[in-house]
Amino acid sequence: VKSGRRRLSLAWLGTLPFFAYTILFLFLPAGEVMVGAFKSVHGGWTVDNVRQLFHQPYYNAYRTSIEISVVTALIGGLAGLAIAYAAIREGTPRWIRSMLTTFSGVAANFGGIPLAMAFVATLGSIGIVTSFLRDQLHFDLYGHGFTLFTKTGVEIVYLYFQLPLMILVVAPAIDGLRREWREAASNLGANSWQFWRHVGLPVLMPSILGALILLFGNSFAAYATAYSLTSGTVPIVPILIGAYYQGNVLDNPHLAQALAFGMFVVLAVMMILYVPLQRRAARWAR
Amino acid sequence: MEEYEAQEQEFWRKLEETDMSRSQMLKRSVAAAAGLTILSSPAAALGARRLGAKNPPLKGKSVSPKEMVAQAKKEGHLNTIALPPDWANYGEIMSTFSKKYGIPITNDNPNGSSAEENQAVRSLKGDSRAPDVVDDGPAFAISGTAEGLFAKYFNSNFATIPRAMKDTRGYWVGDYWGAISIGYNANIVKTPPKTWKDLLGSDFRGKVALNGSPLTSGSAVAGVFSAALANGGSLNDVGPGIDFFTQLKKAGNWLPVGGTPQTVASGQTPVVIDWDYLNLAYTKEFPAANWKVAIPSDGVYGAYYCQAINANAPHPWAARLWQEFLYSDQGQLLWLKGYSHPARFQDLAKRKKIPSSLLNALPSASVYAKVKFAGSGQQTKAKALIAQDWPSKMGG
Repeated sequence: VKSGRRRLSLAWLGTLPFFAYTILFLFLPAGEVMVGAFKSVHGGWTVDNVRQLFHQPYYNAYRTSIEISVVTALIGGLAGLAIAYAAIREGTPRWIRSMLTTFSGVAANFGGIPLAMAFVATLGSIGIVTSFLRDQLHFDLYGHGFTLFTKTGVEIVYLYFQLPLMILVVAPAIDGLRREWREAASNLGANSWQFWRHVGLPVLMPSILGALILLFGNSFAAYATAYSLTSGTVPIVPILIGAYYQGNVLDNPHLAQALAFGMFVVLAVMMILYVPLQRRAARWAR
Repeated sequence: MEEYEAQEQEFWRKLEETDMSRSQMLKRSVAAAAGLTILSSPAAALGARRLGAKNPPLKGKSVSPKEMVAQAKKEGHLNTIALPPDWANYGEIMSTFSKKYGIPITNDNPNGSSAEENQAVRSLKGDSRAPDVVDDGPAFAISGTAEGLFAKYFNSNFATIPRAMKDTRGYWVGDYWGAISIGYNANIVKTPPKTWKDLLGSDFRGKVALNGSPLTSGSAVAGVFSAALANGGSLNDVGPGIDFFTQLKKAGNWLPVGGTPQTVASGQTPVVIDWDYLNLAYTKEFPAANWKVAIPSDGVYGAYYCQAINANAPHPWAARLWQEFLYSDQGQLLWLKGYSHPARFQDLAKRKKIPSSLLNALPSASVYAKVKFAGSGQQTKAKALIAQDWPSKMGG
């Protein structure tokens, strides 16, 4: 039977759960935050909440959050890149690579309270490593000013999941570096540095930039790990948001929403910087 | 009404009816029909049912204890909220109540906050799961009263509760109070601290912790109050308290880990600033930690919690029986057993009702003599200053 009408495809039905999910759990809450950030406790519209973000202690909280994110993204990113390359390059036994990626898959998803507890048990003031150093090697880690419970501590703990995440994300790109390119470069007389400067890094650069943005966002939004590690004393933005939303002391949900709105803005700025950088880095591909 | 009374009334009614004229009879049936229509609307029916059940009294003394127990038993249940079993002995208080009266308790959200308690009263209005009673911080008891969340009730011992610790209109009563204390692990800490200033000494390097961040924890705010009193501040100005903690941090003595039963047991927090009833409970709970408690003599700061009854309590009689139980000598001593000072502490002491074993478990009464409580305005002011200064001065 020939029908004149084109049949409506029902394939789009399959996407419904996805869109329903993102609308309910991403777009609606985000919209609520953006609207709530501009409301006052007494009802009505106001920009006071957002204006406060430029003053203390909020300004400092953003600075601390961004510092932690940049430091862990750069250290995790560079170290992750080096480790991934070492494991994947020609000549490394295959099993090392598969072990590394399996481990990274586990470690990148290890976070929150269990991760904080694990670090407290090893590097806390009475952790195994701390006690070993003190009792066996007579080196008092905490006596020398080290502490796991401040910004530096948070950075160390975040690196535990940042580094393996970098390995996972950048491994496929390193796979794409063909052996022939390297051979061709040496045939033309290039040394190792020249190969990396003119071939290796330019090929990898778009992936590296994308991965760094991912790492930045990953630590910028982390909450549970830092909270349980420092009992909410490290002044990063997600912890301040938590303090204004719940808790027995402060109660100003609209200020919390303004703080969350500020996080959107920081991430949006990152994306805006990322797009032209990415385009420039991918010039060679055109 | 007993059955024989009902039968008698029916008898008299029938007797009257036989005397009625036909026209009267007609009028009556119209009225009856109208009445039925009104009664069949759900609101009116509910109203009628409420009239059927006995209204709970305004004063505990106006009904016999026997009747109160009978009515509460008829309701058969009590809903509480946010009562941690290991806090101020609430676990034993609840089980004793249930056993004594045969009324089971559902304790919702045991670690909830005062804000969550009031929110539950608001949002569960008319629901059988709504909390019958709340244990609120004073600021929330006052705001809840202003909002009309609570019912007036004067328990039988209302008169012996100190004036400063109750709402004279009867909307809430202070239940127990505690003072900020310094708990320490005597295995690790060799010089026993007695004052806030002692904590600046080099023996306390990396050892002094609060119970969480003062941005979220009420007892950490109290710690700041206490430190303020010790360092030239006042209930109106906690700035010197915050400055004391920055000094503590500069000296390297500040440990930014929230003290919990776990950190006390493991020795991770050798010194914890917290309510005396929590620190004193650790002494018994963790003998291996060799936990000792001192009330800092230079900053005796206390705070109390408040009992209030939900105005729309699903079990109004049980709620009042709960309050009668808590303010009876038995209930008060149960709180004291949890190392918190019950509201009627002075009254019990005067009447020599406190067993010496309980008294000896507490620091001597003289150290509490100077205790200061902050009013709700002072609390608000302190919180605003802490929110402003704490993150930048103490974080990072």
